[in-house]
Amino acid sequence: MRKFDTKVQHLKYKVLREVAKNAWNDTLYDKLLDIPKVIAPGPQPTMRCCVYKERAILGERVKLAMGGDKENPNPIEVIEIACDECPVGGYEVTNACRGCLAHRCEDVCKFGALTFDNEHVAHIDKSKCKECGACSRVCPYTAIVSRKRPCQNACKVKAISMNESKAATIDNSKCISCGACVYQCPFGAITDKSYILNVIDMIKKSQEQKKYKVYAIVAPSISSQFTYAKLGQVITGLKELGFHTVIEAALGADMVAESETKELVEKGFLTSSCCPAFVEFIHKNFPDIVPLISHNPSPMTALAKYIKGLDKSAKVVFIGPCTAKKLEAQREEVKPWVDAVMTFEELQALFDSKDMEITSLPEGVLDNASYFGRIFARSGGLSDAVAEGIKEFGFTDFELKAVPCDGIEECKMALLKKSKGVLDANFIEGMACVGGCIGGAGCLTHGEKNKAEVDKYGREALEKTISDALAVIR
Amino acid sequence: MTVTVCIGSSCHIKGSRMVVEELQNLIGENGLNDKVELSGTFCMGKCQQGVCVTIDDKFFSVTPETVKDFFTKEIMEKA
Repeated sequence: MRKFDTKVQHLKYKVLREVAKNAWNDTLYDKLLDIPKVIAPGPQPTMRCCVYKERAILGERVKLAMGGDKENPNPIEVIEIACDECPVGGYEVTNACRGCLAHRCEDVCKFGALTFDNEHVAHIDKSKCKECGACSRVCPYTAIVSRKRPCQNACKVKAISMNESKAATIDNSKCISCGACVYQCPFGAITDKSYILNVIDMIKKSQEQKKYKVYAIVAPSISSQFTYAKLGQVITGLKELGFHTVIEAALGADMVAESETKELVEKGFLTSSCCPAFVEFIHKNFPDIVPLISHNPSPMTALAKYIKGLDKSAKVVFIGPCTAKKLEAQREEVKPWVDAVMTFEELQALFDSKDMEITSLPEGVLDNASYFGRIFARSGGLSDAVAEGIKEFGFTDFELKAVPCDGIEECKMALLKKSKGVLDANFIEGMACVGGCIGGAGCLTHGEKNKAEVDKYGREALEKTISDALAVIR
Repeated sequence: MTVTVCIGSSCHIKGSRMVVEELQNLIGENGLNDKVELSGTFCMGKCQQGVCVTIDDKFFSVTPETVKDFFTKEIMEKA
């Protein structure tokens, strides 16, 4: 049974589970300092040089599991003492260089950075190298490698650099909180802050839904998660945790599909606004395009607003694959509607903090949205939904030219073209994570089958059209 | 009077869309738009008895098949 992709996720999960367990039992403040010891009992270290360093880092993880630095609005934080200060040499020639005659590396280098010693072995002149990677791609022996840090490699918006002590540091003016570095750092030194304590507190204070009701909004990417159990069992698990009910964020996506279609037809050009990291990216890099961002709230926010319209005292928790949603929830226009954001990783920890065996629970149901709302979870889904919206809402004379951008690099390309006036399209679908939400950093697992899982889940929806899914909420 | 139909997952599968649409039509056709407010909710906690409907605070179990009778008996006559 595979619960996580990496041992780093597992470690983070153990801390979250322990924190949650104590929070349910009201013992957190008594046991707080013991948690590192529970996870790293020693005397032999299992991860770092000594058990004391392990515990010191675990102490930092406990802090992040409890919400982290309140002064820092970014939900992504570096645990400085956990950063292994990886080498940062950039492109380097390794001893796999055979000193060949072809010298493809030299020919392809536009900057004259490659030289050869007496043995014909290549060397890179760091003062000339621009880190383009061309030499690495042409070497038949793959002898040239990039020694870039995994976090920096993962960060396509270049928000990560080194501080004086060589630890990774995040530039909040560039960071879009996508969480790519969180998932990629092999030492788990960058982590998303957790708000599970707020969730537990909300559930406890609801006094079994008597004082107010706590609603869980679940992102459609859940269809590719918790694969060891059935989705219906996960839904039952959520109710056992104390949520009043579970609603598909995909219903919010259906709402967005309708209003986004109408806005697009009215304005003639739009970028999507579903992905908070993409929206953040535009704000930080393409201020001229900001007015062209769809004015729709994200599916999460649209649905949360709807729920609170029906039930004034409701509390709403969003559960999804996304770390940037934690940032979105802090925005002034979102704050009144969404009370907390949690990832699938954190949900797993909550289940296990109550020793819940998901696979032995009865199957509940989850069915609020249409096929189109559900496929928002994967790249291209939103564009498909808008195309469908154009048909369903009678705008057939509008010609949709959508560019589904899969990952922040593709988003950047499309936005660049738009800002230069050379983009041949009228709709940019921006998803910061490769694959769409199913590639999110807060997913338990990432796999090639995820897209197929989302499509399958989409097809299983009772409602086949956006209009039908929305008929109940009119 | 306020008629609240559950649109949570369980009731949705049992046909809450049909119930909502039918009630909307019937209320309109009978000119009751001023007297009857149709509203929704996610889960009344009685999923077994779906589609769950309440009139003010009184609970009813309705299906797409029985919605017409329900309307005549509980809404038409009392509104």
